[in-house]
Amino acid sequence: MPESKVLLDAVAVQRVLARMAHEIAERNDNSSQVVLVGIQRGGIYLAQRLADLLQGVWGHPVPVGHIDVCMHRDDLDQHLAPPVHPTAIPCDVTGKTVVLVDDVLFRGRTTRAALDALNDLGRPRAVQLAVLIDRGHRELPIKADFVGRNVPTSLRERINVQLQEEGGEDGVFLEHL
Amino acid sequence: MIWNRKHLLDIQSLSAEEIFTVLDTARAFKAVGERVIKKVPALRGKTVVNLFIEPSTRTRISFELAAQRLSADVINFTAEASSLKKGETLKDTARNLEALNADIIIIRHSATGAPHFLSRFLNASVVNAGDGAHEHPTQALLDLFTIREKKGAIAGLNVTILGDILYSRVARSNIWALLKLDAKVTLCGPTTLVPREFEQMGCRITHDVMEAIRHADIINLLRIQHERQRKTMFPSIGEYASLFGLNQARLAFTRPDVVIMHPGPINRGVEIDSDVADGERSVILEQVTNGLAVRMAVLFLINGGKGPQEIAG
Repeated sequence: MPESKVLLDAVAVQRVLARMAHEIAERNDNSSQVVLVGIQRGGIYLAQRLADLLQGVWGHPVPVGHIDVCMHRDDLDQHLAPPVHPTAIPCDVTGKTVVLVDDVLFRGRTTRAALDALNDLGRPRAVQLAVLIDRGHRELPIKADFVGRNVPTSLRERINVQLQEEGGEDGVFLEHL
Repeated sequence: MIWNRKHLLDIQSLSAEEIFTVLDTARAFKAVGERVIKKVPALRGKTVVNLFIEPSTRTRISFELAAQRLSADVINFTAEASSLKKGETLKDTARNLEALNADIIIIRHSATGAPHFLSRFLNASVVNAGDGAHEHPTQALLDLFTIREKKGAIAGLNVTILGDILYSRVARSNIWALLKLDAKVTLCGPTTLVPREFEQMGCRITHDVMEAIRHADIINLLRIQHERQRKTMFPSIGEYASLFGLNQARLAFTRPDVVIMHPGPINRGVEIDSDVADGERSVILEQVTNGLAVRMAVLFLINGGKGPQEIAG
C-alpha cells in the first residue's frame, strides 16, 4: 500500500461540492441553458451530484450527461487501447452552456480531448470546467472555472478520489508512489 | 477489459474476456454512428489498406467506412485490378503496401491462413476479413454483438446455425465464439453440408430442421455458397428450399421471441422467404449497422500501443 494522506474526508467533499454548485449558480444567470457533462469515470458521479445540488438552488432539474474522451485522446498509439464507453448527453448542446465536470485536473490533456469530443456533438454557447481537485502540472493552456481544492503535488504523487457511488465513503487521498 | 493484440486473425485464439472487450468497445462506437458528426479522430494519420483478393462488397464497404469514421486514410486494393493478376505473390504485394507505410492491412483471401501468413512478416497490424472456409472473425463478433443487444446475454442461449456449414467461415467463427461464451450451438443442414466432425467442436448436429429451430433463441441462416462448391452437395435449390428454407409455416413452430439472423447476401426464396427476411423477428439490417460499430472497435483496439493502460488527465 502506498503512503496515503487524507485531503478531503466525506464531510469535506460534500461541503466543497455544495460551494462549487453555488459558484456555478452565481456565474450562470440563464439556469435553463446549463447542461452538466461528466467526464468518464469519476466526473460522471460528480456531475450528477452537482446537478442535484443545483436543482436545490435553482428549483428545476438540470440536464446531466456524460462524455467519453478516449476516442479523442492524443496518446492512443502509446498505450494499450483504453476502455471506451458510450457518450450520452440528454439534449443538444448547441447554444447551451456546458459545464464539464472531472474529478482531477492534471496535465489538461483529458480536458483538451473532452473539448474536441464536445465539439463533435454541437456548438455550445460557452464551456466551463469544474474539477474537484486541481493538482497542477498543466501541459496545455487550460484552466478550471470552478475548483474544489487546489493541491500542489509532485509527479511522484497520485490523487485518489473515492466516491460513494463506487461503494464505500467519499474521500480524496494523496498517495506517494 | 483485456486487449493486448496487434492483429485480429481468428476467433479460435481469443479468450472470452477478449471477445467481451470487443463487444463493450463496440457499444461506444455504435453511439458514434448515431450522431450528426459520425467521425472521431482515433486513427487520425493512420493508413488502412483493404487488401481484398477475393471479391466482397459488403465487408469491404463496412471496413472502409469504419476506418474512415476513425479518421484513417483508406486504400482499396482489389484482385481484379491488381498486380496479383500479373503474377506478383501475396507476400510481395503486402510488402509493397507496407512500403507505403500502411499501419493496418485488412485481408480477404480464398486461402485459409493467408492473414496468419502476412502477420508473420509484416510490421503492420493484420485483420482477417475472411480466409477461405476457415474464419471470418468480425462477422462472428458482430453476430454476438447483435445477439447480446437483443437478448441481454449470450451464455445459455440456444443458437441454431442453419445452412451450408461445411464451406462457411462464418459458421466456424460463430461456433468458436458462441461456445467460448457458453451458448449452446445446434448445426442443421443437409448431411453433405453438415458433417459429423463438427460434433468434435462441441456442437449438436441434426438434419431435421423442425427439431433444430423449435427451441432456438437465435436462428442464424447461412447462404448456400455456390462459389465454394466444387461438386453438387444437394439435388437442387428447390429441394433445399423445401427441406431447409425458413418460411412462415416453419416459423410458426418456433419460440415467439426467436431472433432471425443472416450474414448476407440473402437468397430470397432459398434459405429464407421474403416475408421472414423482412419480418419483425429478422435483425438482418441491424447486423449491418452493428458490423460497422464492431469493425471500428476492432481497428481501435489493435491500433493501441505497447505502453501500460495508464490514463491520467
